Amino acid sequence: MSGHSTQENRHIIPARTYIAVGVGLLLLTAVTVGVSFIHLEGWNAIAAVGIASVKALLVALIFMHLLYDKKIFLVIFSTAILFLGIFLALTMFDILSRGEIYPEYEKTIEKNAVMYKKAEPAPAAEPVEDSTSDVQ
Amino acid sequence: MSSGNSNGHPAHLAHHFSDAAQQSESAKIGMWIFLLTEILLFAGLFVAYAVYRSANTEMFYNAHKHLDIHLGTLNTIVLITSSLTMALAIRSIQLNDRKKSIKLLAATFALAAVFLIVKYFEYSHKFDLGQLPGKFYTYTGIEGSNPHIFFSVYFMMTGLHGIHVIAGMIAISWVMRKTIQGKLSSEYYTPMELTGLYWHLVDMIWIFLFPLLYLIG
Repeated sequence: MSGHSTQENRHIIPARTYIAVGVGLLLLTAVTVGVSFIHLEGWNAIAAVGIASVKALLVALIFMHLLYDKKIFLVIFSTAILFLGIFLALTMFDILSRGEIYPEYEKTIEKNAVMYKKAEPAPAAEPVEDSTSDVQ
Repeated sequence: MSSGNSNGHPAHLAHHFSDAAQQSESAKIGMWIFLLTEILLFAGLFVAYAVYRSANTEMFYNAHKHLDIHLGTLNTIVLITSSLTMALAIRSIQLNDRKKSIKLLAATFALAAVFLIVKYFEYSHKFDLGQLPGKFYTYTGIEGSNPHIFFSVYFMMTGLHGIHVIAGMIAISWVMRKTIQGKLSSEYYTPMELTGLYWHLVDMIWIFLFPLLYLIG
């Protein structure tokens, strides 16, 4: 094969590697479906995301050639995953530590503010009823 | 096989690149940066999923049972197989086997269509039951507060993914046309490679959507 003016740096992967990865992905799909029927409390979510990550890694490294191509592509892909991780982790640190700081978060919203009255033009008699029921 | 022009370099090579390898690499860097933005686009929805799930764990668990796990699994198998046929189509063009490449692209396109048809049946079933996002939610069979939130997340994530499947099908038919016209060969197949990268990303996102929505809720 003469290499001039062709797309160089290419790596032709054997068909059986692709097929093996495809079969592996289908087997992992079977595993993740199977595991979801076993009750493992919080571990179900960890197993599901873990298996999905392995599958995604197989797709990225073999199907998308990240393992064989220039490493700059792997760096770009990793950057995306890193920032996805930062986004998710920092948000969840916030969300999961809120309940204790703001106990009033649990309370229902009392619709006494003027903005709620503007939003729903209720009959004129209603506000009076509301104020009596709020006293309880 | 030198389909050269008057300047002595092949027709597919733009004059501002020193050679075909550099040109293909530049194109791929551009594609990967685009895929990065795609990942971050979906990241917003994955974070929304995590936030709402943590606030409504019970309800998410109850609501996810209303998704059809069989159809979800079928679609996962369909999409993984389509990723495989896409990868093999690129391998065929690398080996200059155009006919095989076209067949494999057609198979990828057909599998993408199957995915959307299955999705159509899932969606129409939910429309009938009123399991819809936000204020359109009218279903009453799910325990827990605010089950419409689950279906908002479900429709936004699978809907955006579905749009990507349609975009992928357009890209696949475009490279299929180019291959049939004889514009792609083992010397130049960058458009097919970039389409492949896009299609594998669509597959990769579904690999996460499926367990998160159908299996664990």
